[in-house]
Amino acid sequence: MSSPVYAIEDNLILTPDPRLLLFVLAAPYLASLCAAWLPVRARATAAAMSGMVALAGLVAIAFFYPAVAGGGTVRQEYEWLPILGLNLVVRLDGLTLLFSGMVLAIGALVSLYARYYMSAEDPVPRFFSFLLAFMGSMLGIILSGNLIQIAFFWELTSLFSFLLIGYWHHNQSARDGARMALIVTGFGGVCLLVGLLLLGRMAGSYDLDVVLAAGEKIRADALYLPALILILLGAFTKSAQFPFHFWLPHAMAAPTPVSAYLHSATMVKAGIFLLILLWPVLAGTGAWYLIVTTTGLATLLIGAWAAIFQHDLKGLLAYSTISHLGLITLLLGLGSPLAAVAAIFHTVNHATFKASLFMAAGIIDHETGTRDLRRLSGLARYMPVTATLAMVAAAAMAGVPLLNGFLSKEMFLAEALEGHSGTIIDQLLPYLATLASAFSVLYSIRFIHQTFFGPEPRDLPHQPKEAPPWMRLPIEILVLLCLLVGIIPALTIGPLLAAAARAMLGAATPEYSLAIWHGFNAPLLMSMAALLGGAIMYRIAGSRLNAIEQSPIIGRIKGRRGFEATLATIIDGARMLHRLLGTSRLQVQLRLIIGTALAGGAIPFLLLGFTLGDKATTLLDPVFAVLWMIGGACAAGAAWQAKFHRVAALTLAGVAGLAACISFVWLSAPDLGLTQLLVEIVTLALLLLGLRWLPMRRTDMWQGTPNPWSVKLRRGGDLAIALLGGGGIAAVTYAMMTRPQPDSISRAFIEKAYPEGGGTNVVNVILVDFRGFDTLGEITVLSIVALTIFTLLRRFRPAPESVELPHQQRQQNAADKARSGAEMGDTVAHYLFIPRVIMEWLFPVVLTFGLYLVMRGHDLPGGGFAGGVTVSIAILILYMASGTRSVEARLNVRPVRWISLGLLCALLTGLASLLLGYPFLTSEARYVTVPLIGAIPLASALIFDIGVFAVVVGTTVLILIALAHQSIRSPRTRKPDDLPPRPAVRQGEG
Amino acid sequence: MEIVLALAIGTLTASGLWLLFRPRTFQVILGLSLLAYAVNLFILAAGRIRTDAPPVVARDAASDPALYADPLPQALVLTAIVISFATTALLLVVLLASRGLTGTDHVDGEDGDQ
Repeated sequence: MSSPVYAIEDNLILTPDPRLLLFVLAAPYLASLCAAWLPVRARATAAAMSGMVALAGLVAIAFFYPAVAGGGTVRQEYEWLPILGLNLVVRLDGLTLLFSGMVLAIGALVSLYARYYMSAEDPVPRFFSFLLAFMGSMLGIILSGNLIQIAFFWELTSLFSFLLIGYWHHNQSARDGARMALIVTGFGGVCLLVGLLLLGRMAGSYDLDVVLAAGEKIRADALYLPALILILLGAFTKSAQFPFHFWLPHAMAAPTPVSAYLHSATMVKAGIFLLILLWPVLAGTGAWYLIVTTTGLATLLIGAWAAIFQHDLKGLLAYSTISHLGLITLLLGLGSPLAAVAAIFHTVNHATFKASLFMAAGIIDHETGTRDLRRLSGLARYMPVTATLAMVAAAAMAGVPLLNGFLSKEMFLAEALEGHSGTIIDQLLPYLATLASAFSVLYSIRFIHQTFFGPEPRDLPHQPKEAPPWMRLPIEILVLLCLLVGIIPALTIGPLLAAAARAMLGAATPEYSLAIWHGFNAPLLMSMAALLGGAIMYRIAGSRLNAIEQSPIIGRIKGRRGFEATLATIIDGARMLHRLLGTSRLQVQLRLIIGTALAGGAIPFLLLGFTLGDKATTLLDPVFAVLWMIGGACAAGAAWQAKFHRVAALTLAGVAGLAACISFVWLSAPDLGLTQLLVEIVTLALLLLGLRWLPMRRTDMWQGTPNPWSVKLRRGGDLAIALLGGGGIAAVTYAMMTRPQPDSISRAFIEKAYPEGGGTNVVNVILVDFRGFDTLGEITVLSIVALTIFTLLRRFRPAPESVELPHQQRQQNAADKARSGAEMGDTVAHYLFIPRVIMEWLFPVVLTFGLYLVMRGHDLPGGGFAGGVTVSIAILILYMASGTRSVEARLNVRPVRWISLGLLCALLTGLASLLLGYPFLTSEARYVTVPLIGAIPLASALIFDIGVFAVVVGTTVLILIALAHQSIRSPRTRKPDDLPPRPAVRQGEG
Repeated sequence: MEIVLALAIGTLTASGLWLLFRPRTFQVILGLSLLAYAVNLFILAAGRIRTDAPPVVARDAASDPALYADPLPQALVLTAIVISFATTALLLVVLLASRGLTGTDHVDGEDGDQ
């Protein structure tokens, strides 16, 4: 079900099939699965796979460039839940082309880098498996054309980021950092989902293209503000904006390739991407300006300030990333199209230089064994190439001319100068922007100067040396890109940026120039001031920075502490609620559940009153009344006696069950009466088998003294709930039965049972044909229950006091011993001898009856259930008559095979109709004349019913045998010495 | 007939609920069986009371739904009977295992105040 939609302006352009996009999206996930199965040491294979997938994706995406360069969109839609507006949509336009290209290109480079960075000791294929899955999720966000789909992939990036940060899971800080990132971004993800749902509601569709076209309608909607705040919460947590920025520095516990990929180029850019994507819809209002600009500005300044005082190379880069993300957010907040273009441009530039800086930091860490700026020094003489590359990248970060960072920073400064709102932020913006740029220069100089220059390093964990050429290659490529974009922007990034800007802004795309030289103007002066100011600050204060333990002013505000305090409060609150409201006591839980149901059931009566319908009641048959007088009394008697007289209570409950059977037959449900009666027998046998293992009841806890008040009160309450529940159900039932029955599907079932189902017993036709799928599910449940019981009983250890032989058997054995000429156990063996012979002879009769019930089930009361239970009763009788050991010496019932064959039989019948081109479980009916027996209805439903029959036989027999085996198993495991003294009181045991 | 059936269902429910709240496992199992009877009869009652009209249709003539009892609740109850058998069996075994492990037949696995 695919409906490709081409929205390409120029049809002459040859476009690849849009389905290729789905391949680009799926390939990383498939490769991730493959990588997960690679041998633990297959470092190179995994890296090659990862790199190849990224490169292939990049090439595939590049083919789409002609189609989207002019502002077109390539879409491919797969229907999934069209009713809910949920379709799988992959779409690509100029903007998403740029972002997906960035994700794939840096992904390929990081794969190469990680091949050399990761130690052969680590399970590297797992790393690449996570990395690939992350890549796929990131592409998923970018290529999605549906809001829900975006939220889905958004969550996936959080998850895989968690796995990647916690890759070295033996490391406490990695685990903490991973958890913190997951909780913060997960919180944002939930907010985002709600925000996107609101957005879709306002636009009337979750389809991205519809939403993008509904900007004005959305901005005028009353839900705009809550949706905006929620979506911004999602974007800000992901992009580490103040006050959620604290997770990013802690995420530096991840392997450096992860930091280079996730925490500079991709994941943190997901928030930025979302802001850019929804910018045409959400931006341009006062609320947007206020929230986004303020947040961006605060993040820009705080990040830059904190970066200056970091002593960890990666920490410095992390705070610098926070600051640059703040810059981009600020640009998007300004709301002008030119600022938006600058934001896209800076996003790409930042990814380029920051990824290369992270990789350089990783090389330094890898080759020296430390990332501490206070210990590093003078490395330029050991690793000249890396030093040069890092210097160029850091210069780009500082905004030095002829590098890409300079260009976008110029655009930023120019935008900072433009008046946008006239507020105090607007007035201060040029100064603050210059200040933040100066900070950026300062920490860039510190990064380079302290690491590569100065005196010979001392006491480094490793002797520093140059990194292998292949490890440097990704950095070289990225730095080359920094230079190319910085020197000839129009030839390199120009067309891509233009396509992205046009996709984002449409008709509002502004005129802009990517030239390096715009003449002596204010932005250039600000840039120069920042460069000079940063250099001077470093000259004055640089040497003292190493001595400062934490950032002044903001150092004491620890995001982490706030986070942990919040977390602790939430957990404490949950514990308190659990203490207050939770209970592990079953009785309390049941009282609560039934009490709630009772209250819920009472509400309609209290609101609307109790009225009866006008359907005439049927004439009362006195016999029916007597039947239920007995049945009701027995039910109440069972309830009363279940504590002290178990067998009596079981018998009384059995009588109530018999009354139910008779009622079924009376009320025109012969199938039910039959099945209930048979099930009743099996259940009774089961419970009797179970009774053996229950402890003896003490006659009364408070013998002689009156029961305490608490007990009386509790019993009184239970009685009240029970009576209210019973009375309520009786009232509801009566009210229901006095109303005429509404028309239902039953009409169709009765009319079609014979012509289409080929059977006259409508109930059976419903079970095996019309609703055969339900029955298939039901027998599956039965099989699962049987296997569960079997497994539970394999580990069953009876309580010590029920291990010894039953009282009666011991008496009989004692009598044998006392009498001369009798073997020990003779009396037990001859117990009920004549009935046992009759029972053994009954076996074939009952067996035949069971089979007869199955065969006639389609036309007359019977069927697979009833037949199955009958056959299991036959086997049960045999067990009771001959004893477990003697039956199993002669008869080999393999219940598990019955179950599996039955399930297979039912399933294959269903699949056969699928093969013949009919829907699953369609039945074909025919009568076949068998000699001696006559015409039998042979529908394919009968084969299905035989499957049901086999499962029921297997299940019932498995359960009964498993229970019966306990009796012959436990004496074998008994150790006579361990036997507890015999309890003195034996009363109450039925 | 209606009032008797309603009262019967009510009695079964009340007895079942009382047993459900008891502390001993055997009582709870018995309570569940009684509740199962009540629920099955209730579902059947949803098809209204019909006597002498089992939903077994004639082979030759077109079937008139008015002549037969509602087969749908019956199909549902048939399923319910089998499933309640399975749950009773499972509960019994779980409780026996718990009894073996904890040495008591209290539903919470430990003898409380009762």
